[in-house]
Amino acid sequence: MADARLEAIARACRVRIIRMLTHAGSGHPGGSLSVIDLLVAIMFGRLRHDPSRPDWPERDRIVLSKGHAVPALYCAMAAAGYFSEDALLTLRKLGSPLQGHPDRVALSGIEAATGSLGQGLSVALGLALGAKLAGWPSRVYCVLGDGEIQEGQVWEAAMSAPKLGQPDHPVENLTVIVDYNRIQLDDFCARVLDLEPVVAKWQAFGWPVIEIDGHDMGQIAKALDQSEAIKGTPTLVVAHTIKGKGVSFMENNPDWHGKAPKPAEAIRAIREILGVSERGWEAHLATDAATAGIVAELRRLDAK
Amino acid sequence: MAAKASRAAFGEALIELGGRDERIVTLDADLSKSTMTVGFARQFPQRAFNLGIAEANMIGIAAGLALTGRVPFACSFACFIVGRFETIRISVAYTNANVKIVGTHVGVAIGEDGYSQMGLEDIACMRALPNVPIVQPADELETKQAVAYAAEHVGPLYLRLTRQNLEPVSPADYRFRLGRWCLLRAGTDVTLIATGGTVFNALRAAEQLEREAISAEVINASSIKPLDEEMLGRSAAKTGRVVTVEDHSIAGGLGGAVAEWLSEVHPTPLKRIGTTVFGESGDPRGLYAKFGFDPAGIARTVAKFMGR
Repeated sequence: MADARLEAIARACRVRIIRMLTHAGSGHPGGSLSVIDLLVAIMFGRLRHDPSRPDWPERDRIVLSKGHAVPALYCAMAAAGYFSEDALLTLRKLGSPLQGHPDRVALSGIEAATGSLGQGLSVALGLALGAKLAGWPSRVYCVLGDGEIQEGQVWEAAMSAPKLGQPDHPVENLTVIVDYNRIQLDDFCARVLDLEPVVAKWQAFGWPVIEIDGHDMGQIAKALDQSEAIKGTPTLVVAHTIKGKGVSFMENNPDWHGKAPKPAEAIRAIREILGVSERGWEAHLATDAATAGIVAELRRLDAK
Repeated sequence: MAAKASRAAFGEALIELGGRDERIVTLDADLSKSTMTVGFARQFPQRAFNLGIAEANMIGIAAGLALTGRVPFACSFACFIVGRFETIRISVAYTNANVKIVGTHVGVAIGEDGYSQMGLEDIACMRALPNVPIVQPADELETKQAVAYAAEHVGPLYLRLTRQNLEPVSPADYRFRLGRWCLLRAGTDVTLIATGGTVFNALRAAEQLEREAISAEVINASSIKPLDEEMLGRSAAKTGRVVTVEDHSIAGGLGGAVAEWLSEVHPTPLKRIGTTVFGESGDPRGLYAKFGFDPAGIARTVAKFMGR
C-alpha cells in the first residue's frame, strides 16, 4: 500500500518534470526521470522535515549532488508543500527561485548549491558531522550521479567519510545514493570513462554497499532501512536505474540527457508515463481533467 | 610587540576565541603545523579536523559544518586552498556558507620553497566572487582583531596570512573594521597603499623618500575587499599620485582593485608594485630585493614614478 502511494506521487512528479522542462525549453529530463523514484521514496517515505519550516535545525536533509536533475527535486518539493505547483512553470525563467541548478539562497528547502559535479558529497559529510556535533537526530541523504563519481573530489570525500568524526561523532547518519543510470552527457559512462567496478571501489574505501533497483519502491525502502541500521559508518546505495525512465523514446538514450522535449513529444511522454495507449488517449483525457488541461496547455505552447 | 607572523598570531587568536565560542572549528589538509591551527587542535581535539591532502573535500565539509551552525576556519596554503576555486565558488560562496577560508604562506616572502607554494593569484581569484570579503592583516595586533572579526562576520570571508614575521605597524588604539583602512603616516606628494607583509616596508620607504624631499602618505589596506573608498578617494585627491604595494600579482590584486576604483571614480596617476612573473626559490630578503618589495626597492619605484 505504501509502495502504491509513493508510486502514484512519483508518477505525478514525472508528468510535472516533463511539463516544466517543456515550458522551460531546456533542462535535463533523462537524469530527472531516473532519480525521481529515489527522491520520492526519501521525501515521502521517511524524511523528517517540515516544509513550512525549511530552516528547522533538526530536520533531515537532502543534498542533490547531481544538481542538473533538480527538476525532479523541485517536483517532489512542490508535492510536499514547499511552494506552489504553479511555481514549477517558472523553472529557468528570469527572476525565478527555481534556477537551472539548485540555489540555496534563492529557494528555501535547498540545502546546498550544486550543479558543479563532485561537490555534494563533501557538503553532505559536513552536514552529517555538524548534526552529530550538535546532537541532532538529523539524517542526511546525498544523491550522486554515476558520471559524477568521475570527479576526483568524490573520492577525496569517499576516503575521508568512514573515519570522519570518529570515534565520538561518526557520520553514520549519512546515506549516499548513486543514481546508476549508466549514461552521462556525451555517451554511456562505459564509453566515456568506465566507472566499474563501482561496488568494489566503494567497499575498498571502507563503505558498506547495498545494490538495488532504483525504481522499485520496496527495494528502495529496504535499502534505506538497512542504511539506518548500519552504525559507525555512512552507507552507499548503488541504485540501478534507467535514464529517462517511463518515457520509451528517452529511456537509455544519451540524447535525452540535456534536451527538453518539444510539446508534441511531451504529450506523448505524459501519455506513456500514465500508461495509456495511443488509442485510448482521447478517452482517457475525457475522464482526466487535470491531464487534459496540461495537454491543452502544451498544445497551445506548440502553436506559439 | 615583537615581530610575529600573521599565521602565528592567527593560531593564538583561534585558541583564545575557541575557548569562548563553541561554534569555532578548524579544518586542515595536512598542513596544520604550518597554518598554525595545531595549537587549537591540541586544545580542542573534538573541534579540529584534519582531512588529509584533499583540499576540495575539506572546503566542502567546512560548508556543511557551517550550514549546521559551526563557524569553520578552513586552512591551507593560499595557493592550495584557493586553487580549489570551483569548490569555494559553489559550495561556499554561491551556497553562502559561513566558512572562513584561510590562506597562509602568501607571496614570494615564503622564500626557498619556490613558486609552487606561493600564494600569488589568490586575491585575484577571490575578488571575483560577489560575496567574499578579503582581509590581509599587517601585524600581530591587527591579525588578532581580524580573526575575531572573521568569527563574528556572518558569511564567507577570505583571510590572507603570512609565513614570515611582521613588524608591528598598527597604533596601540587600533580597531579593525571591514572596509576601513588605517592611515599610518600622513604625506602630501604621493599615497602608498600597502597590504600584509609589504606595509612595514612601505613605511620604511616613506622614511627614505622623506630624505629625498618626497612626502609619502602610507596606508595599511588590510581590507582588500571592500576597499576603503572614502580614504582612497580622499588621499588620492590630496596627493594626486597613488602607488600600491603587495606581495601578489598586480593583475587582480590590491593594485588591480585600486586601479579599477580610481579609473572609474577618481582618475589618478597610479603605479602598481607587485609580481608580474612567476616567483622563484631564494632567501626571502633576497627575493624582496629582487622583486622590489624591500624599502629601497619601493622607494626607488616611487621616486621614478614621481619623475625624480
